[in-house]
Amino acid sequence: MSEHAILLSALAVLLLPLLSYAILFFLGKKLPRQGDWLGVALLGASWLLALRIFAHFWAAGDPGLRIEANVRWLDLGVFKADAGLLVDGMSAVMLVVVTTVSLLVHLFSIGYMHGDRRYERFFAFLGFFTFSMLGIVLSNSLLFLYMFWELVGLASYLLIGFWFHKPSAAAANKKAFLTNRVGDFGFFIGILIFFTAYGTFNYFELFAAAHLHPLTGALLTLAGVGLFMGCIGKSAQVPLHIWLPDAMEGPTPVSALIHAATMVAAGVYMVARLLPLFDPGALLVVAYVGAITAFLGATIALVKTDIKKSLAYSTISQLGYMVMAMGVGVAAAGMFHLWTHAFFKALLFLGSGSVIHAVHTQEMPLMGGLRRKMPITFWTFLIATLAISGVPLFSGFYSKDAILAGALAFGMNKAHYVPFLLTLAAAGLTAFYMFRMVFLTFMGQPRDEARHHHAHESPWTMTVPLVTLAVLAVISSGWRGPTDGWFSRFVAPYDMARIVEETPGAPHAGEAFAVPAAVHGEHALPQESHGEAQESHGGTQAAHGGAHDSHDAHVRHTAHITAMVLSILVAGLGIFLAWLTYMRGRIDSSAVLARLPRVHHVLQRMYFFDEFYAATVYRFTLWFSWLCGAFDRLVIDGIVNGMGYLTRVLSWFAGLADRYVVDGLVNGVGAVIQGAGEGFRRVQTGRVQSYLAYACFSVLLLVFVFRAL
Amino acid sequence: MADHLLSWMTFAPVIGAAVIAGLPGRYKDLTKWIAAAATAVPLLLAVQLFLQFDRTTADMQFTEHYTWIKSFNIEYFMGVDGLSVPMVLLTALLSFLCIIASWRIEKAVKGYFSLFLLLEAGMMGVFCALDFFLFYVFWEVMLLPMYFLIGIWGGPRKEYAAIKFFLYTLAGSVLMLLAMIAFYYNVKDPVTGGHTFNMLHMMDQANHGGILDLANVRFVIWMGLFIGFAIKVPVFPFHTWLPDAHVEAPTAVSVILAGVLLKMGTYGLLRISYPMLPDQAVGFMVPMAILGAVNILYGAFCAMAQTDMKKLVAYSSVSHMGYVLLGMSAMNEVGINGAVLQMFNHGTITAMMFLCVGVIYDRAHHRDINGFGGLGLQMPLYTTVFSFALFAAVGLPGLSGFVSEAMVFIGAFPTHRTITVVSALGIVVGAAYVLWMLQRVFLGEKNAKYDSLPEISARELFTLVPIGIIVLVLGVYPMPVLDLMKVSLNHLIKVVAG
Amino acid sequence: MTAGLEHYLTVSALLFGLGLYAVLTRRNAVALLMGVELILNAASLNFVAFARFVDGGVDGHIVAIFVIVLAAAEAAVALAIVLAMFRNFGTVNVDSVNRLKR
Repeated sequence: MSEHAILLSALAVLLLPLLSYAILFFLGKKLPRQGDWLGVALLGASWLLALRIFAHFWAAGDPGLRIEANVRWLDLGVFKADAGLLVDGMSAVMLVVVTTVSLLVHLFSIGYMHGDRRYERFFAFLGFFTFSMLGIVLSNSLLFLYMFWELVGLASYLLIGFWFHKPSAAAANKKAFLTNRVGDFGFFIGILIFFTAYGTFNYFELFAAAHLHPLTGALLTLAGVGLFMGCIGKSAQVPLHIWLPDAMEGPTPVSALIHAATMVAAGVYMVARLLPLFDPGALLVVAYVGAITAFLGATIALVKTDIKKSLAYSTISQLGYMVMAMGVGVAAAGMFHLWTHAFFKALLFLGSGSVIHAVHTQEMPLMGGLRRKMPITFWTFLIATLAISGVPLFSGFYSKDAILAGALAFGMNKAHYVPFLLTLAAAGLTAFYMFRMVFLTFMGQPRDEARHHHAHESPWTMTVPLVTLAVLAVISSGWRGPTDGWFSRFVAPYDMARIVEETPGAPHAGEAFAVPAAVHGEHALPQESHGEAQESHGGTQAAHGGAHDSHDAHVRHTAHITAMVLSILVAGLGIFLAWLTYMRGRIDSSAVLARLPRVHHVLQRMYFFDEFYAATVYRFTLWFSWLCGAFDRLVIDGIVNGMGYLTRVLSWFAGLADRYVVDGLVNGVGAVIQGAGEGFRRVQTGRVQSYLAYACFSVLLLVFVFRAL
Repeated sequence: MADHLLSWMTFAPVIGAAVIAGLPGRYKDLTKWIAAAATAVPLLLAVQLFLQFDRTTADMQFTEHYTWIKSFNIEYFMGVDGLSVPMVLLTALLSFLCIIASWRIEKAVKGYFSLFLLLEAGMMGVFCALDFFLFYVFWEVMLLPMYFLIGIWGGPRKEYAAIKFFLYTLAGSVLMLLAMIAFYYNVKDPVTGGHTFNMLHMMDQANHGGILDLANVRFVIWMGLFIGFAIKVPVFPFHTWLPDAHVEAPTAVSVILAGVLLKMGTYGLLRISYPMLPDQAVGFMVPMAILGAVNILYGAFCAMAQTDMKKLVAYSSVSHMGYVLLGMSAMNEVGINGAVLQMFNHGTITAMMFLCVGVIYDRAHHRDINGFGGLGLQMPLYTTVFSFALFAAVGLPGLSGFVSEAMVFIGAFPTHRTITVVSALGIVVGAAYVLWMLQRVFLGEKNAKYDSLPEISARELFTLVPIGIIVLVLGVYPMPVLDLMKVSLNHLIKVVAG
Repeated sequence: MTAGLEHYLTVSALLFGLGLYAVLTRRNAVALLMGVELILNAASLNFVAFARFVDGGVDGHIVAIFVIVLAAAEAAVALAIVLAMFRNFGTVNVDSVNRLKR
């Protein structure tokens, strides 16, 4: 297949689900069967093309091979941004994951969503989600990654809230979107830092530029942590994991597609894709966050009785593994786990969906003994459980083992053993809670006869996806690890020298877009000179890249063997304990929990994350918005109205002054004249006698005056 | 018409207003049709303008130059460049759609539509005038119809809102008037040597003289203009007229108010303040960025505190205009292009939101967010349209708001690093208040009180869909609008920031 | 004791004072006229007295006769006015006759 054909296929893979969305959104109601067949058909076509691309890269066997095409999207003269497609091994793998799971979920939904009043809308949204997710996989620049990243968030919002008449669903989708936005805030800041430093959004131009002119100091770590925040949000890492369990309010196929197999893995994919942009400091953060998430998720899953909630925490835990893998330098193993996990976790969710469809409850204490009633669901669920528990010969074993080995090697090299120990413990816990789930749901005696009586195996549209995924859950690893099996054809650490060579257009440092000379801004981000850069970056490479010296290789070998033995042991222990507790009843789980009331309480309340946010972030935000509103209404508007009032008071005074002073003067002159007139009028009586009297008195007066003289 | 395109665009509504004023009041339907025709003319001309506009030059185009008042050198000087064209397009489009949206006005139909047409003329004139005096005249012409439109056709506290709006804006105009006079007396017409109101002469620093050579004076003039325009934007703390005016104004007037009038503030800054006082603009960029950040966050938090839908949308305007300020303060190409694109996008998006609020208000006769619930089941089509507008406001990629917001941040980050990071929190808070409202109004259990609420009508859809298409198209490919403005804006930023 | 000049003058001054008083205080037009007559007679008495006690002919007597004639003429005219007044206003009270003033 030529490059051209690959690109066209990739474009078709991307756009076919969008077409499905558009048609079903506008015309779905008018189509026969509300158009579900159309969604499935378009997705099927997309899936076939994805397989074709996959086959091409399989044949090529070169993980560094990449096919890119760009079109100019924004052009402002100095500032330019391209929209581009990137197809390489990693995206080929992701394409297969996304389209396969999406196709199966489409099929599954035909049965599961049957009779819903917004049936066609559901398929439209599934198409939209698939489109956005494929956009994340296929875009070749940070800007478009971010755009599809947000669209995926929207799809998740729409699908979690699909049954929005339930208040819990209406709250859950908001929570999911907002929590993701918090992560996206950091993600966007990270993008801004890298763009400002290098003036491009393109991954490989950035890699080359960052390789040649790394940013110095804390800024690079900060930028890396910023990017990682996006992953924390989307991949539900501690402390932003709180949305994922609530997201189970969505229909179960959605949980399988988005909140287990694909979307939540986007964060992992993003970190793997952008690994050269993370410095050792940022990677350490990644490793610890991942490990803590893996452990916390597993512990909470122990006590959940809601089957979907328990699976949700299981997902959080597994995502922690993948993220930690990025941090400890085995990105390929993390991607491999993403691949295997996608299938067995989708299977677990669809299996749980099949159960919920049958018994109409999500509470495990109300199930039990479903094995006979739903044999296909049981067996496929069991296979997925074996896979996630890390039992050899099932896919999860190979990927999880590689991650644990990487974590141990990381610990031995860097003296950071915490990630390894936490994830090892989490591996045991995973085996325990997964088998607990199987035992409680399918084994033993039915605990709710009425529900058990009505339970039945699901229709073929639901079981076919289950069986398909079960097959994949077994074979998808190829019974080999990520670096020695087929997966190494697709994903391998970036070869920086080759990237630099193949990216001639890589911008030089500081050549961002021109900040005009008059603006002596802080625009020049500090960057190392070429010489010292190599050294520090070499260190980074060793951390997540190939092991070059023999010591390192030795450490890795030791770590691999040790981790494999340990992980099999803890998994076996977990399964054994679960068997003792829930099958044989040798251990009374409630007694154990009663012995540890504090721990139980903390786990039951999920480490109080929700309470903590409710008491701090939510309360603060609401309080602050209330404060702003009040401030606006009372203070600012108060000042404005006060000014108005003051003006009116002043004008009242001015009115007074006008009436009494200015007008007073005018009237005063008149009054004086009038008064004088009044006075003189009295004199001018017209009475001659008076005049005469005046005259006489005047004469007398004159006489006296002159006499006095 | 091609010769005097801008004049026709400006005065066609005036003709319409005159015809309506001469028509006996009982012909209500005819009045509405005439108004629609009188706004359709500028819309068609705007399309012509869009097609014929030369995107490769920063010079003024479609100029018309006549002497108006000879003794004071006042000219009738109209022209457009890349900064004004998007605004003119926005004005023409929104005015037309608002006439359609006002179809159900029954009170004093004649007065309403003639005032509305007068308003459009004023707005067009502001965006086309190149003579400062003419600009000022149009600026004031637009004020008066607005006052009456709020004061007569408004809600319960219409008098308060109208007077507040009027006084606020008038205070701004006075400051602008003073600055204008200062320019008039200290700028020399290079040809005649006399005083001039010609903006292009004022923009040329070589013509400046007199007190304009004093830095303090320039600062005072800058502040006068800035406050004058800031009131219109509105910039914190001059924004409180906005929520009141919006809450009281009828739907179509809200649309014009938020969609076009707010843009006049930032347009004035870019058309007048920036090129005439470039040194002050550069000196003031940090305060401006801070004000932008305050607007973004403060507006968003205030919006979250509201229970009146319209007030919420009004505060979201405060928040979104903050992005414009932030982009303008960046003093680089991306920032300023982002800012003007944001002006355009905010115009379309907020128009959609106000129209949507109007739809529900017409049906339920209240706008209390907590009084609804579950409308998504009752009015699915309406819910889809409103959600579309709301997500555009949130800055969802693929819709136009995202492009401009992202450009603003990309532009502002190198210049104001910390402020930009703080402002970026606005994308979180912005999503919070929108989604919270969405949840309270459309999601959840259906409120039984609204079981008979009719779905959005065809006429209402007709006003919303064109804007929606623009929002979508510009979100996917923003170049059609960016192409219009980039040359002029790049030139402007080169003049201002060197 | 013989009557000297000062006695005549004293009588004349008394007459004048009485006349003036009448003129100033009376409201009746006829009484006014009588006051005026008294004043004129006081003047005549002065003239006659001075003519008797001061050498120099009969000038004083002549003037006295003139005064009498004048007084007669004056009384005639004034009484005619008073008659007319009475006919027009029905009163001879001078204060009531103030139409011009109003």
